[in-house]
Amino acid sequence: MNDGVLIAACADAWRGDGAILASPMGPLPMLGARLAQATFAPELMVGDGESYLLRDGLIEGWLPYRAVFTIVAAGRRHVMMGASQLDRHGNQNISCIGEWARPTSQLLGVRGAPGNTINHTTSYFVPKHTRRVFVERVDMVSGIGYDRAAKVGARFHEIRRVITDKAVLDFETPDRTMRLRSLHPGVSLDDVLDNTGFDLSIPDDVPTTRTPTPAELEIIERLAGGVRSPA
Amino acid sequence: MDTDKVMTIDDVVGELRSGMTIGVGGWGSRRKPMALIRAIVRSDLTDLTIVSYGGPDVGLLMAAGKVKRVVCGFVSLDTIALEPHFRRGRQDGTIELTELDEGMLYWGLLAAAHRLPFLPIRAGLGSDVMTVNSDLRTVRSPYGDAEELVAMPALELDAALIHLNRADRRGNGQYLGPDPYFDDLFCLAAARRFVSCERIVETSQLREAGPVQSLLVNRMMVDGVVETPHGAHFTSCAPDYGRDEAFQKRYAETEWSAFRATYLDGTEDDYQRAVGSHE
Repeated sequence: MNDGVLIAACADAWRGDGAILASPMGPLPMLGARLAQATFAPELMVGDGESYLLRDGLIEGWLPYRAVFTIVAAGRRHVMMGASQLDRHGNQNISCIGEWARPTSQLLGVRGAPGNTINHTTSYFVPKHTRRVFVERVDMVSGIGYDRAAKVGARFHEIRRVITDKAVLDFETPDRTMRLRSLHPGVSLDDVLDNTGFDLSIPDDVPTTRTPTPAELEIIERLAGGVRSPA
Repeated sequence: MDTDKVMTIDDVVGELRSGMTIGVGGWGSRRKPMALIRAIVRSDLTDLTIVSYGGPDVGLLMAAGKVKRVVCGFVSLDTIALEPHFRRGRQDGTIELTELDEGMLYWGLLAAAHRLPFLPIRAGLGSDVMTVNSDLRTVRSPYGDAEELVAMPALELDAALIHLNRADRRGNGQYLGPDPYFDDLFCLAAARRFVSCERIVETSQLREAGPVQSLLVNRMMVDGVVETPHGAHFTSCAPDYGRDEAFQKRYAETEWSAFRATYLDGTEDDYQRAVGSHE
């Protein structure tokens, strides 16, 4: 898949968020956040993956880790995390695969996923859309999905988008389960269904994910040239 | 004279006991008190509980068989996402884990620093952090909202180990990089507090090196000061030095007994000499 389509899809996740902190994890979401800031979302705050807020390549603020947790609690943030597993309710796992007590594969740990998902808008970026990721049931709920959020009365929970190498997905269904929002150019519906381990909600007419404009492509090119390595 | 807190690395280790709960400052593979960690690896301490924003500190201590329990939200080498020794220990079932959201770890240290039994926090609700930690409880707001929140228990530490850029002999310590991480909180949460630093300087030189806001810990918060030049190696210690990525890769990829024999069986000076040969 053309990275430009993925970067623009990531950028679109932050559309309308205003002056909040965009926290992209990984190089393509980082380019997406910076593209959004450079075009339709100039109010967006974007960190450098360490301790600075950057705009137009200049430091505009200081954001050490402890300040991030205050922003998380205040809700002025929209994070785009990775996901080793995701289920149809949006429960996410980055902790470990297998039984938690003795995992077959230890991954990162829950990191900030529980706090992110209960406090503010969250999106996910999945570079490889497979049945290993899109599972019926995640092994360890790190980021909470809509079913879990409803059970604990989470007032600030929102999963905005899931962006993969094949499609854009969301939870804009009556029962808040995962829906196909758009297919990337050249990707078939069957390709997505074959690689998703649960029933997806499919609209009658599935749109095609937009391609970036020439102006956006130019900006991506410029940003990618000077992009910092992600944390 | 009585306010002089300068110690050696071995003095610090001599103050620690097997079974202690030890907080380690820094974050991931950033400004970790690695010289002190290496000294623990060489010691006969065992059964430690390590509270950490985990990086190679956790990995080294686990590989050396020093760790009974890890209390953390993650263990990562930053540029190498997964810590190999932490992974192995979890997968082999050789350590116990208290897995928390990163914000909960912060809150637990803050509660201990404030001598509170717990602090309420939203993070954790609905997630499996609540199921894998069966001792975690919630608390309900006594006000009109009646919101249910996680009662994050205080993370009280027997000892804290942190590494800073500069300190004076009395225990005033300074960070000069872009992030203090949580080092002051680790000190405030601990009964005994030890600071290693790149350089011990005169008190007057602290203000010459950085703004007053960079004076992260003061002598109320510190019991011992150790000068360990390059003591955060191979983690980053901005602005004095960055992470030694090549060496970190070697650490992650070398079989433990070979790594230990080459780099850790001698003194800290031996380590720094051996590392220097790779620069």
